[in-house]
Amino acid sequence: MDVRAQVSMIFHLDKCIGCHTCSIACKNVWTDRQGAEYMWWNNVETKPGTGFPTKWEDQEKYKGGWERKNGKVHLRAISKAASVSEIFHNPNLPTIDDYYEPWTYKYQDLFDAPEGSDQPTARAVSLLTGEPMNIEAGPNWDDDLGGSPIYAENDPNLEGLTEAERQALFETERLVFFYLPRICNHCVNPACVAACPSGALYKRGEDGIVLLNQERCRAWRFCVSACPYKKTYFNWSTGKSEKCILCYPRVEAGEAPACFHSCVGRIRYMGLVLYDADRIQETINVPDDQLVEAQKSMILDPTDPAVIAAAQKSGVHESVLEFATRSPVWRFLKEWNLALPLHPEHRTLPMLFYVPPLLPVMARNNDGVYDTSSPDLFGSLEESRLPMKYLASLFSAGNEGHVRYSLKKQLAVRLWRRQQTVGDLDSAVVARLLSEADTTPEEADAIYRLTSLPLYDERFVIPPSHREEVIESLDDPAAYKGLTGFGPRVEPRRGL
Amino acid sequence: MLDLLLFGVFPYVAIILLLVVSIQRYRSQRFTFSSLSSQFLESRRLFWGSVPFHLGILGVLFGHLIGFAIPRGVQLWNGDPLRLWILEVTALVFGSMALLGLIALVVRRMADRRLHQPTSIADKTLHVILFGLIGSGIYIALFHRWGSSWYAQVAVPYLRSIFLFQPNITILAPLPFAVKLHITLAWSLVAIFSFTRMVHVLVAPIPYLWRPNQLVIWNRRRGDQGETPTAPTEPHRPNAAHDAHRTGEAVRVREA
Repeated sequence: MDVRAQVSMIFHLDKCIGCHTCSIACKNVWTDRQGAEYMWWNNVETKPGTGFPTKWEDQEKYKGGWERKNGKVHLRAISKAASVSEIFHNPNLPTIDDYYEPWTYKYQDLFDAPEGSDQPTARAVSLLTGEPMNIEAGPNWDDDLGGSPIYAENDPNLEGLTEAERQALFETERLVFFYLPRICNHCVNPACVAACPSGALYKRGEDGIVLLNQERCRAWRFCVSACPYKKTYFNWSTGKSEKCILCYPRVEAGEAPACFHSCVGRIRYMGLVLYDADRIQETINVPDDQLVEAQKSMILDPTDPAVIAAAQKSGVHESVLEFATRSPVWRFLKEWNLALPLHPEHRTLPMLFYVPPLLPVMARNNDGVYDTSSPDLFGSLEESRLPMKYLASLFSAGNEGHVRYSLKKQLAVRLWRRQQTVGDLDSAVVARLLSEADTTPEEADAIYRLTSLPLYDERFVIPPSHREEVIESLDDPAAYKGLTGFGPRVEPRRGL
Repeated sequence: MLDLLLFGVFPYVAIILLLVVSIQRYRSQRFTFSSLSSQFLESRRLFWGSVPFHLGILGVLFGHLIGFAIPRGVQLWNGDPLRLWILEVTALVFGSMALLGLIALVVRRMADRRLHQPTSIADKTLHVILFGLIGSGIYIALFHRWGSSWYAQVAVPYLRSIFLFQPNITILAPLPFAVKLHITLAWSLVAIFSFTRMVHVLVAPIPYLWRPNQLVIWNRRRGDQGETPTAPTEPHRPNAAHDAHRTGEAVRVREA
């Protein structure tokens, strides 16, 4: 057993209000630079929708992630042999038009325009060419189903649905959508790392954060096409790829990343999980419908004495073990089985888990009447406006059982709390629902507490990174005196 | 006198520039080592330029290297007219691919407004030199037959004399203008090599072909928790640019 620690995440989608505060926090800290204008390391998508970049989930187009063929798992797009010929032109690379052309406005025209009979306007100018442009796409262009006949209809997750189910989704009175905030998943089996010809991408051993060494990146661009989540971005100005760094300077100091910290709906949780690195290869090599189960079984119980002993042997720090027992990720993922990975079928073992949204499932439209009633309280789950198949396509590689289990439990917790606080439900019925949902009053209360009332320290259980023990503590402390301190010491300027 | 400067002195200046600047640039400006791909801004036309150009130029380069390594073998091969034709036509095909690819790349750079901002003076200089170099090469192949034979007989001894530090420029004196131009442009390319995006050739990712898929880097050695960290096994470079990346490179690299 090779025990490793991983900083892991939970996004509780039932709480996401789609305010994009996370995206702005990230943009302001990290990507407000030339060449990075179009990058959104954190973005919030409306589902159903085509997302960012457009149709990123369509692996027929982008060929991201891993593929299992004849009992072997290999990168879908790039074999080592193919990389030799495709390095001159990567056939699966998205271009800037798959994202959007970045622009600004000629604000100065508002002041400098000569007097005339018209109001002066600030025209949009492209940040690529400096010329006036018509804005045809932007971040969140299909936010809240804006232009859904053009965008949402092309959502690759709708493929398994029947025509009638598809139609039902987009009738104006029955419209349904939810938000999907996305950052880098900091995968255990990252396709970007495996695809990088120059070895610039790597996973940090101590906390599992996937980083990209800007000094080793040579713009071979395979990471961009290999990531099935399209969370590595190419900086057209510096000629280097960039990606979410999980705000590692903050995480190392025990603080939550900017997007987590600023989350208005408090949907984000961060904690540690321990996993067995010896089992990565067998975990990725199972049929699609068993992937979620396999990935969860790879994650180890931090209270198990055998795991603790193995972890100590593998060099996991004592404090890390202690923090792992309080991890909110462990509770949502393993204890309560509420959270699921996004598109596990790409076999990258993403370490960001989503609690699927219950909200749009609750009510139905009944001949123009907004109807929340059902004969049995669970009835509405099966007849939900958002087909289970759609959620399963997103979160469990098509295995509807996992999604149903999570939603059922969330619904049971809700009804249990309603019975406790409002008291209008028959306690016998609620007790039956709880046991049907595989939960108990104690567990339901714990779920309720961590979902609705968690404090900062309960949402973010981030261990110290022990920088004092890393190898750089051997450095001459005066070596960097007078330099910039944090960040690059050489200006990251485009080469010639 | 001009011959002495161009063929006796300039080659050494070019080689020294290549070595010194490349090494110094790699040590202090590693961030600037990049192929500077512009495919993200324009992909379709790049295919028709980049692929033929690279395949062509690599073919031509290997042809020159083989001739340099075994000039006598080339002469023996060329003893038979049929084999001579095969060699010459192959070389011409590679050269034409490189030239057509280069033209496609330059046209693409000029035609697409988005590519103007990321195109530097160095890129334009490189385009001019490459155009002259490949163009003169093709001209020689067409009008000064047979290039492969006299390359082995005249140019290779000259090149060897350069590398033996006994430059023999008299051997080049009777050569036609196109050939002299070709040689001069070749040394020019060597001279500006390390100042341009050409440095991506030096960091071509050949080790990728055998390296393991995943790369895990530890900040501290595993298993030494609570103890004083021991000295790193690899030399530590204090002026690498990024904090985390520096620690990554300095400490043990573990392949998973």
